[in-house]
Amino acid sequence: MSTVVLLVITGLGLGALYFLIASGLSLIFGLMDVLNFAHGAFLAIGAYGTWWASVYLPGAGPDGFGFLLAVAFGVGAGTLAATLVELCVIRPLYGRHREQILATVGLSLAVPALIQAVWGADPLTFPRPELVAGTVGVLGVNVPTDRFLLIAAAVAVFTALWLFNSRTRYGLIVRAGVQDRAMVTALGIDVRTAFTLVFAIGGAAAALAGALGGLYFGVVTPTQGMSLLIFAFIVVVIGGTTSLVGTALASVAVGLIQQFANYYTVAGLGDIAVVIVLALVLLTRQGGLTAKKSAERVA
Amino acid sequence: MTDTDVAPTTPGTGASAPAAVPDVRRRPRPTGWIAPGVLLLVALSLPFSTLTLPGVFEGTLNSPPTLHLLALCLVFGGLATSYDLLYGRVGLLSFGHALYFACGAYTAALLMRVLELPLLWAAVVAVVGGTLLSLVLGAVSLRVNGIALAMVTLAFAQAGSILIARDPGRATGGEEGLPLHTAAVPDAFVGVVNTVNLYWVALAYAVVATGVVWWLTASPVGRVWQGIRANEQRVAVLGVNPYPYKLAAFTVGGGLASLGGVAYLLVTGGVTPGITTAEFTLALLVMVALGGAGTRWGPLVGAGLYTYLDHRLLQLGGSDAFTALPAWLGAPLSQPLFVLGVLFVLMVFFFPGGLVALPGRVRSALRERRSARS
Repeated sequence: MSTVVLLVITGLGLGALYFLIASGLSLIFGLMDVLNFAHGAFLAIGAYGTWWASVYLPGAGPDGFGFLLAVAFGVGAGTLAATLVELCVIRPLYGRHREQILATVGLSLAVPALIQAVWGADPLTFPRPELVAGTVGVLGVNVPTDRFLLIAAAVAVFTALWLFNSRTRYGLIVRAGVQDRAMVTALGIDVRTAFTLVFAIGGAAAALAGALGGLYFGVVTPTQGMSLLIFAFIVVVIGGTTSLVGTALASVAVGLIQQFANYYTVAGLGDIAVVIVLALVLLTRQGGLTAKKSAERVA
Repeated sequence: MTDTDVAPTTPGTGASAPAAVPDVRRRPRPTGWIAPGVLLLVALSLPFSTLTLPGVFEGTLNSPPTLHLLALCLVFGGLATSYDLLYGRVGLLSFGHALYFACGAYTAALLMRVLELPLLWAAVVAVVGGTLLSLVLGAVSLRVNGIALAMVTLAFAQAGSILIARDPGRATGGEEGLPLHTAAVPDAFVGVVNTVNLYWVALAYAVVATGVVWWLTASPVGRVWQGIRANEQRVAVLGVNPYPYKLAAFTVGGGLASLGGVAYLLVTGGVTPGITTAEFTLALLVMVALGGAGTRWGPLVGAGLYTYLDHRLLQLGGSDAFTALPAWLGAPLSQPLFVLGVLFVLMVFFFPGGLVALPGRVRSALRERRSARS
């Protein structure tokens, strides 16, 4: 029983991490049809930004309020990077999906290499604030506190995105753009602002995932983003590529499957089990679990 | 300027013609074999040349380090050509090509190490195995299209990558990879002295891969591929089922990649899990797009340039010229992937169609200027 509780909470923590990355990916993919390989770069920028701020930024530190400031700095850096990428790289290539994918592939190679050039390839120890350093007893099990922080952050981001989507004017434009971009443009609304906005939101969520992923793994490396990104892609496809709820459900499912299969069978089989689930979903229910729109419109 | 995937093959057909469809009726000219023949002769004569190209290569052309780098360029050239068969010729966005390459390399290495099979048999089994694997996985993946295809191939390759990295039964060597089991390999392929023989292997592979792809694209099957690439629905409406043709391309590409894996195993004297990763497939994509997707020479040129820069920049990174640079400039420049990534993004922006389309672009720009003046 205690193992199950631990596995569930750790799985939820991992799922939360996947959700933070995948929510931005699915927003971007849903609205702009861009498969954003540079998302891993935003994650790395968030992680290294937080780490840098906690060491060098005055006022920020590895603990307490200072750490919050460091995370804010990392998220800000990620958001800025995402906005710049959208404005300078994606925008000139509107309507050319294959070129957009290629450009993000180039960025996904260049940015981690740049980070490696500045801070080296070795893993850097990530600060661990007092508040989340210990464990919490749940049903007689000691669960690392950072898992709860991850889950709380994911729930907060989910709620914020949900409110943004359903309550704000821009959310309305984004939702309408996902449904039918041409019609929104025909109604005289400039969808390009929404494009930049979803890129910024996605970048912020990915950077937050980078900062919290640093807590989860204890270290940051330049290439951490790529391996997480692949699972986030899987989550996006299983979740149906455009739906926020689908992405949330899929990230929880993927996180839990991975943890349970890795524990009860051979280590590594959990990762492969996720791939098998993806293949099954794609082949039986094209377009994912909660699909309204097919995933195969692009490229 | 919407024409981006293909080189501007037929200038002057007017804006009404669909820009992305190359001229199907063009027959290979009888003079079309001169350039490949000359290049092959040059490649064949390189190991006998004692020429030095200062700044380009360290040492003479037939020195082992230079030949080794050239052999790597050739192996990746052949591999990129096999990837281009999917990406450039048929328009399939597969992110799992590394899997078949790694399958060939790892199967051959394991067969030689565990079963003590001689090189030839290990190579045959590895290539047959890689072809079958790509046939089976292709049959599954090709039921979906576009981005979903990219995802499912990426996921399969990731599963393979995880499997190899986890080192099941201590067979694949995990992070460290497998060295070449030299007892099973003829002596002619072992040691620095015999680098020239490895160069021949690499050259033979590049010729085979390029030859197969060129021959197939010129055949009737290639015409259907061209049609699928331009408009798959239209091909289906015309009464041709695209699925077997796509599967054929996927299988041939996978088979050629696994043959490349065997060549890579020989040339580098071992395999590491680096060739199984998604980054490796992305590098292939960069090579193909850098050179020019769906063209004869593009993948070879792109792969050669990528591999060369990847190795040379790493060497140059430690040289005096780089340490003299200020740190903020020298450090990023010593990272090959940074330079290649930035170069690639610039490429996508300013030279869509790749390097091989560049002369044509320059020519048409000059012609435009001349006609504007007159």
